[in-house]
Amino acid sequence: MGTQKKIIFPKTPTGINGLDEITGGGFPSKRPILICGSAGCGKTLFGLQFLVKGIVDYNEPGVFMSFEESTDDLTKNVKSLGFDLDDLKAKNKLRVDHVRIERTEIEETGEYDLEGLFIRLNYAIDSIGAKRVVLDTIETLFGGMTNESLLRSEIRRLFGWLKEKGVTAIITGERGEKSLTRQGLEEYVSDCVILLDFRVIDQIATRRLRIVKYRGSTHGTNEYPFLIDEHGISVIPVTSLKLDYKSPTEIISTGLPALDNLFSMGGIYRGNSTLITGTAGTNKTILAAYFALSSCKRKEPVLFFSFEESPEQLIRNMSSIGINLRPYIKSKMLLIHASRPTLEGLEMHLLTLHKLLREFKPKTIIIDPISSLITIGSSSEVRAMLVRLLDILKTNQLNALFTSLTHNQASQFQDATVDAVSSLADTWINVTNCDKNGERTRSLLIIKSRGMGHSNKEHTFTISDKGIKLQE
Amino acid sequence: MPKEQTWELRLYVAGQTPKSVLAIQNINKYCKEHLAGKYSIEVIDLLKNPQLAEGDQIFAIPTLVRKVPEPIRKIIGDLSNEEKVLVGLNIRPQGVSTNKV
Repeated sequence: MGTQKKIIFPKTPTGINGLDEITGGGFPSKRPILICGSAGCGKTLFGLQFLVKGIVDYNEPGVFMSFEESTDDLTKNVKSLGFDLDDLKAKNKLRVDHVRIERTEIEETGEYDLEGLFIRLNYAIDSIGAKRVVLDTIETLFGGMTNESLLRSEIRRLFGWLKEKGVTAIITGERGEKSLTRQGLEEYVSDCVILLDFRVIDQIATRRLRIVKYRGSTHGTNEYPFLIDEHGISVIPVTSLKLDYKSPTEIISTGLPALDNLFSMGGIYRGNSTLITGTAGTNKTILAAYFALSSCKRKEPVLFFSFEESPEQLIRNMSSIGINLRPYIKSKMLLIHASRPTLEGLEMHLLTLHKLLREFKPKTIIIDPISSLITIGSSSEVRAMLVRLLDILKTNQLNALFTSLTHNQASQFQDATVDAVSSLADTWINVTNCDKNGERTRSLLIIKSRGMGHSNKEHTFTISDKGIKLQE
Repeated sequence: MPKEQTWELRLYVAGQTPKSVLAIQNINKYCKEHLAGKYSIEVIDLLKNPQLAEGDQIFAIPTLVRKVPEPIRKIIGDLSNEEKVLVGLNIRPQGVSTNKV
């Protein structure tokens, strides 16, 4: 990266979680930005969120010029997201102007231009000192007017006018078949073009965003999944996939002092990821619960992703062996997030995780079991997701613990998820059931632990209502 | 009075641009000729009153709006095509045609 000329392009924060990181600060300020996508992919919401957050977080008033939906419909549609358009309008921070173009009402005779639109927009902007504008979607004009060449030249004039006016403007457009937008709006917008995509694959809906063009930057042209939930749009941020994480040397407990002693350092490194594998009924979840407990005792919040048990079930099962999780839930040290893995796509789970990380700010993450995710993706997809997941965890120096169900008792190496995770994990413990002298016992074996020595023996343990007890 | 149909027309312009001036001239001419005594024309200059554009949903200039008789009809342009204007305003009874010729 040369530093001959230091041109700093000012950026306007997008108001979309995660997108500022991807764009290195936001949209290019005072420029038109094109957001294109098929119907229902979230363009209008994108624009509204840009404006609402612009007002609420950055005190930049905004104008929404709607060519399709009425003001009432818009207001109703986003109310459930916590965007109160009426309130913002009352405070003179937002103006919503609905430009209704009814083709049957209109006759064209002689020369005209779209000055009326300019005047309306100018008036709206000036009346509240708007810094942000959304035009959704200007392509509607093509349906209302027959003089296409006039329309195009006026649109070109409009974009030039917007730049001069000094507002950061989002223009939305319908996805076209042969061109990016149906009416080729990308011709007029060269600063920033974003494509939104909405697909249903294997019955699971995925939304993706791609930056097609961004002035002056060689950003990645990757697709980034995003989700729309009760707070609006969130995009998964780009992560540093360069393996340049800091490596903490602090040692933390696994929650079981006897297990800690099996490691040469008396515990595991902070910020490490630990994998616990085993067949069904080998008490992986119990080990996870101990881990959670030790984090709580250190006053470090824990986020527990449960893909098989409900929070109540988990609490009940753990309390039967003397692990009392409820007080930590009450004190908000422990958050159990239960979900069916098949409810969302892989990327969505990652997004949800990221969202919860941001909101709850845990220091420890537990995913029990991570093998559930294999049911919703191919092995390579799971691996890709895991790389990104671990990247998020490492970057934030979070302690992570994953449990994984293996099917074949004989070998723990034959499972697809295990393949994927085990090479990425720093510590790997395998638990097995064994029948010794007609008695069902359990044993654990530390298969690896990067950066430290560990016991190589199988250690048997028992479970009672007082918890896990390692033999000798 | 209900039998005597009056036309209430509003012409939206933006300053004294050639198109705006032409439209004003044209509509005055047509109305004098075909609607003598049965019309009123209100000229609204959006440069002076931008807030009035929203009410009648104006986006093009010039726009002639027929408020009365209903339904509302809009004719955009400098109104140089007399026939189209008359048909659009339904002044000459040639059937309510909305076809663009």
